[in-house]
Amino acid sequence: MASAIAPSPPAPAPCGPLTAPVPGGSPEPALRVRDLTKIYVVPEREGGLVASLRSLVRRRQRAVTAVDGISFDVAAGEIVGFLGPNGAGKTTTLKMLSGLLYPTSGEMAVLGHVPSQREKPFLRQITLVMGQRNQLQWDIPVIDSFELNRAIYGIPLADYRSSLSELDDLLDLDDLLRKPVRNLSLGERMKCEIAAALLHRPRMLFLDEPTLGLDVTAQRRIRGFIRDYADRHDATVLLTSHYMADVEALAKRVIVIHHGRLLFDGALAELVERFSPHKTIAVDLDRSVAGLDRYGEVVASEDYRAVLRVPKADAARTTARLLADLPVVDLTISDPPIDEVIDRVFSGGRATAGDEPPPAAEAVPA
Amino acid sequence: MTGLADLALLYRAQFKITIAGQLQYRGSLLLWMLGLVLQPVIYLAVWGAVARSNGGSVDGYTDRQFAAYFLATMLVNHATFTWIAWEFEYRVRHGALSPLLLRPAHPIHKDIADNLTFKLLTLAVALPATALLALAFRPVAAITPATAVAFVPALLLAIALRFAIEWTLALAAFWTTRVEPLNRLYYVFALFLSGQAVPLALLPAPVRLVADALPFRWTIAFPVELLLGRLSPSRMIVGLVAQAAWLAVAVVLLRLVWARGIRRYGAVGA
Repeated sequence: MASAIAPSPPAPAPCGPLTAPVPGGSPEPALRVRDLTKIYVVPEREGGLVASLRSLVRRRQRAVTAVDGISFDVAAGEIVGFLGPNGAGKTTTLKMLSGLLYPTSGEMAVLGHVPSQREKPFLRQITLVMGQRNQLQWDIPVIDSFELNRAIYGIPLADYRSSLSELDDLLDLDDLLRKPVRNLSLGERMKCEIAAALLHRPRMLFLDEPTLGLDVTAQRRIRGFIRDYADRHDATVLLTSHYMADVEALAKRVIVIHHGRLLFDGALAELVERFSPHKTIAVDLDRSVAGLDRYGEVVASEDYRAVLRVPKADAARTTARLLADLPVVDLTISDPPIDEVIDRVFSGGRATAGDEPPPAAEAVPA
Repeated sequence: MTGLADLALLYRAQFKITIAGQLQYRGSLLLWMLGLVLQPVIYLAVWGAVARSNGGSVDGYTDRQFAAYFLATMLVNHATFTWIAWEFEYRVRHGALSPLLLRPAHPIHKDIADNLTFKLLTLAVALPATALLALAFRPVAAITPATAVAFVPALLLAIALRFAIEWTLALAAFWTTRVEPLNRLYYVFALFLSGQAVPLALLPAPVRLVADALPFRWTIAFPVELLLGRLSPSRMIVGLVAQAAWLAVAVVLLRLVWARGIRRYGAVGA
């Protein structure tokens, strides 16, 4: 009786490992971004000879805001998915965080360093992997490029060997190392690129589309590898991907940007919760039934099976009605596929940046 | 700062990579060398003819002295030239600078290593080519052990100076996507004011004054004239000091321009 109640703590303690960082609290985050902004100044010119001549005299320039005042923290050891449509500012942000680009304004600290100063201790601890960009030298065997990286990063031989054997273990590089890069397939090359980028055992990984253009098996492989690496070395990872499977498999937390602005920062599940006002109900029936659209929007239907989309608030009631009215054999309620949710977020645009869920728009781009 | 030992390791690795890479393109390497050899042969043919029609010499150069001058010029030009302006434009336009910026080593180290490797590699062609041309044109010059010894620091300074100047100039790619006109302008100036096309002694006095005031002659004409015994000891000393001074200026400029330029880097595509 009393004893059953007494031992329980008065308030729920903030449980679990260090996941989403508490603003203003706790240890120094691995990554700290405040009001980060990048404005590109691009020359603007119409086509044609006259315009070309005019541009000699007076050049017109246009400011393009690629990243517009974003702020977030990432705790050490966290894997965060960085989402947004093409041109949202993801890559620009990664480039600023890895010291390639100077920000127009705002502050960044990565492992306690200011990236744009490109100090050697900073560069030794980070890596940036970009989809198709080769760090590897085209004409020479992969292992020679690795050796070059060993020299560049001053990796002691023993560390290099253990790093290499670990990477070989996880990525199965053995047969590839002696081949010139130009003779590798895209998937093989990507594996080698990633290995080259990790030889120096960085603690901070910026991965821009690490699985771009790879087949499903290779994607899964790279994904598993990233997770293993992060676990083994307690590395912090910020990754972008067009494949939601990557993000779902790796990141508990996602940051969504659109038009350079931060749209969402939180748990993946919460993203779905917040941005999807619908649930999907799949029913198996023991005979064919007409008029299912009384219960909700019919997304798919074939003989004895149908998939309905209903407003989240109505899900329970609709389920009850389905079970009462129809010869249901099986029924599952689920959130819509994450891709669909993301689509919705982006088509919603800035308007949804607030805390309110977006107004239940009818037209959902398929 | 990267330690000296780290740098040595880095250079060794880069040498290996560059050699392996260059050897893949032996054909284009040979073509390049052919161009290198042809240029002085043309000047030589022209100035040799002028000398002979002029009664044996022009302003103190006989045809065989021209031969010595242009062969030495060819070698010094080979030792000092860079292709960095073209490379840098590509890097900036296509974002190929990004991987270099991620390395915990200044990108200039790769370029220095690449350049030195290429030079050493092509020496295997440049030296026999010079020997053949020497047989054909029978150069004469007052090369002495003293000038040969003094030539070493003069050549090294010339290599460093030209590299620093051209690397700095190449950084123009951060500001404009069209560095080609700038390169051409520089090339034309350098061609005449460095003594590549004409010995500087043959230029009109006002032009010589301009050449004296600019860094170009210290990259080619000075080491050449020094080697061929055309300079008095005092002018050798003055020349070496001038080279060192220009090098200091160029290095300061390089650092300044790099620091400003890198802020403008757009990391396009990559």
